[in-house]
Amino acid sequence: MATMTRPASPAAAPGADQAPRRRSRLATFWRFCRQNPLGAVGGFVVIVMILMAALADAVTFYDPTRNNFGAMLEPPGADYWLGTDQYGRDLYSRIVYGARTALMVGFVSAFVGGTLGLILGVASAHFGGRLDLALTGVMDVLMAFPLIILALAMVSIFGTGTFNVIMAITIPFIPRCARVVRSSALAVREMPFIDAARACGFGHVRIILRHMVPNVFAPYLVVMTAAVGQAILLESSLSFLGLGVQEPVPAWGLMLRGGAVEYAESAPWVAIYPGIAISLAVFGFNLFGDALRDWLDPKMKI
Amino acid sequence: MLLYVVKRFLLMIPTLFGAAVLVFLLMRAIPGDACMLRMATGGGSIDPQVLQGCRAELGTDQPMIVQFLIFLKGLVTLDFGKSMWSGRPIMQEVGLRFELSLQVAIMATLTAIALAIPLGTISAVRQNTWIDYVVRAFSIAGVAMPSFWLGILIILGILIASKAIWGTPWMPPITYVPLWVDPMTNLSMLIWPALATGYRYSAVATRMTRSAMLEVLREDYVRTARAKGLFQKLIVRRHALRNALLPVVTVIGIEFAFLMGGLVVTEQVFNLNGLGKLFVESVQNHDYNMTQALVMLVVGIFAITNLFIDILYGWLDPRIRYT
Repeated sequence: MATMTRPASPAAAPGADQAPRRRSRLATFWRFCRQNPLGAVGGFVVIVMILMAALADAVTFYDPTRNNFGAMLEPPGADYWLGTDQYGRDLYSRIVYGARTALMVGFVSAFVGGTLGLILGVASAHFGGRLDLALTGVMDVLMAFPLIILALAMVSIFGTGTFNVIMAITIPFIPRCARVVRSSALAVREMPFIDAARACGFGHVRIILRHMVPNVFAPYLVVMTAAVGQAILLESSLSFLGLGVQEPVPAWGLMLRGGAVEYAESAPWVAIYPGIAISLAVFGFNLFGDALRDWLDPKMKI
Repeated sequence: MLLYVVKRFLLMIPTLFGAAVLVFLLMRAIPGDACMLRMATGGGSIDPQVLQGCRAELGTDQPMIVQFLIFLKGLVTLDFGKSMWSGRPIMQEVGLRFELSLQVAIMATLTAIALAIPLGTISAVRQNTWIDYVVRAFSIAGVAMPSFWLGILIILGILIASKAIWGTPWMPPITYVPLWVDPMTNLSMLIWPALATGYRYSAVATRMTRSAMLEVLREDYVRTARAKGLFQKLIVRRHALRNALLPVVTVIGIEFAFLMGGLVVTEQVFNLNGLGKLFVESVQNHDYNMTQALVMLVVGIFAITNLFIDILYGWLDPRIRYT
């Protein structure tokens, strides 16, 4: 846009309004925490979870997949911080390693689903016409389709396992992100700078990538953050139904499937701790996503 | 108005058709079929002739396009044929479960409304106080907690509480009896899943009520009402809440539609024989007819609920006119 010159008004001298804006990143961070205490809590949970997943080997003392029939359904104590399950596996280790599964499924499916949704949403808004109509129609059908049933069908087609679960969760996310991005992109499309870009003779790809995508990035980020939490929840539901991640991979939903209900009374820790892990993780991502939305675009509704 | 409703009904057709194509293809993309599964459970090798006979009986040996046309015809005439697994008419099988799922969905929606509207309102009126923070945390926790875990906790709670009070553990009844036959048994069975899902679904509605209320409370007419000295209670109830309810109605309506098909996990925890369980079983049994019928039912309910919400909109807000 450098070729477009604008008469510089004397009031808008560059130094005048830029000086107070030059805050350090740390200051911005503190401001974010003060304005959104709940968001800061969410961010803290997310960071703890990432650290847990990254340092799983260093912070646990037992192999999360090793059975130990000498220590079945041990209550929480000094040896097993959160107790053991019906196969004598250490619950604390399984929860820490479970963060890896949850985060991987969450991040990958939210990122891939969100990005595909971003591309489809922007393209749909930019080209309009028949393409828009067709894409919106397909997205409407996918939206009306219950999420868990779509995932169920995908898992039945491709089989269970971590990779297939990611795919099964990604597909329902595409229309959800595409819809939000499309509605923002429709507003961006009417902006004068898009006309200007078109007048400059830029191609579709350049207009979309350089001028539209950066302007719909805020909703994209917010939807994606919310999708991570949703993906973790959906993964645990699928695993709980026996349709997701398979034993012996440590996954939170799967831990609730095994003996959690059977032993609920005699060994409540088996049922309680994995559930707390899921809830905290989703809680963290949701709070963080909410704060991100308030911060980036307070008027946005999702 | 009538024209609008007719138009909306016609617009539903492409969505329903798309869903029909999608479920048809998805089901056939799953490796194996009902016949193979039926024979495999018997053990031993599969006799190709018997397999062929079974497929001919179910009609899965016909070309795909013929099968699809039969499905479409069934869709139009509302006769989906027989279950490929149990052999009983689909309408009968679905009818058995529909009652239970509908009751849980209605009870859960009522729970959600009872929680969401007061909590959301108080949270907005007392914005940025500790009440607001507690309500927001409570509602976000509702979204974060998996409903199946909440279910497990409820069961655990019932066990512990009943043991403490009566000395013997009490469990909710397992067999379903309709509400009008034995209301006590019925309610003592279904109230728990309704609470578990209702709390979860109230979370979204609470947040929606809060943000809508916050917006409305900043409107000029609220300031006018305040300026003329109206009580806070009256302002909130009569002026603000009425206008804030519109988006809340949408959210609750859409959730109700989703509840009909989305109770899969909760039904598993509470061992309920509802539509969700039927759904999972029919996908796993490669019961094409049943899955197609169920998907069309859920998508249909979804579309009709959406239409109903739009009509309700016009009734709630006289400014909205449909042409």
